[in-house]
Amino acid sequence: MIVVELFLEFALLSFVAFGGATALLPEMHRVVVEHHHWLDDTTFTHLYAIAQAAPGPNVLVVTLIGWKVAGLGGALATTLGMCLPMSVVIYLLIDRWHAFAGKRWQQAVSLGVAPLAVGLVFSGATLIANAAGLSLAGWLAVAVAAVANLRFRSLHPLWLIAAGAALGAAAVI
Amino acid sequence: MGLSGFGGVLPFARRMLVEERRWMTAEDFNTQLGLCQFLPGPNVVNLAVLVGKRYRGLPGAIVAPAGLMAGPFLIVLVLALLYDRWGSLPLAQDMLRGIAAAGCGLLFAMAWRMGSALKDKLFFLPFTVLTVAAIAWLRWPMPWVMVAGLVLSGGVAYWRLGR
Repeated sequence: MIVVELFLEFALLSFVAFGGATALLPEMHRVVVEHHHWLDDTTFTHLYAIAQAAPGPNVLVVTLIGWKVAGLGGALATTLGMCLPMSVVIYLLIDRWHAFAGKRWQQAVSLGVAPLAVGLVFSGATLIANAAGLSLAGWLAVAVAAVANLRFRSLHPLWLIAAGAALGAAAVI
Repeated sequence: MGLSGFGGVLPFARRMLVEERRWMTAEDFNTQLGLCQFLPGPNVVNLAVLVGKRYRGLPGAIVAPAGLMAGPFLIVLVLALLYDRWGSLPLAQDMLRGIAAAGCGLLFAMAWRMGSALKDKLFFLPFTVLTVAAIAWLRWPMPWVMVAGLVLSGGVAYWRLGR
């Protein structure tokens, strides 16, 4: 049953999703495109783009992948697989959080996971760029979007997304 | 609230919980968020579970994340239907490629910002480089990379904290 398989794959992923769904992009690509061949590179990139342009938590790229692989059941399976296990853990742990918050090992995990999360987001970015098969102009657009987002903090990212769509439609990228 | 955020709902969650409804103080919010960010998984969903449990126990912990996700879930499904219908058109493909390029730029910017915020870069940036090598280049399975990385990087962090 592909729906069960989807749920289990994404439930496993949720346990290493430090940095949220964004950090999971490389692994989702590995599992869904390279390992199971459920989707191809182009579709994966498109789903990422749709999730970027949609409102709501960015974990929803997971929903889109599930939908594309196995319809409504797939969408529910990936979304629940991603959200449910940690929700249960949190529900059970919250009353004890004050007992271990600030402990040395807890701080060590928080500090230690940060550089890994940076690496995951960076990997996700290179992977999307590769999967999208960007031209030179495309890479230029990537650079401009990154610099614009870093330099002009008041500029809403949605404008950059819209500009990307317009440039794409004009066949520039 | 799920529908209010483009590219992340967390800032909206903070405004609603702390400033508008006053369900929690700013300090309280930071503490709770600390747990959500400490644990893996989508932070904002985790946060909804916490807030729901605090106010209404188990039913609240189920309803809050469900409410958060239901709207965006439906919107994304509508977009998926549109994509199934028209996604193969050249114009749609071109636009999606453009959006992916912009989104990719945002990801690089996010990585840069997170990297700049790292403390003790001399000791911890190497782990970023190793993660990229293992994940993006060697394409090793992420669960193993994360467990190994967390032991090593967390170990260094534990040692640094003790000095």
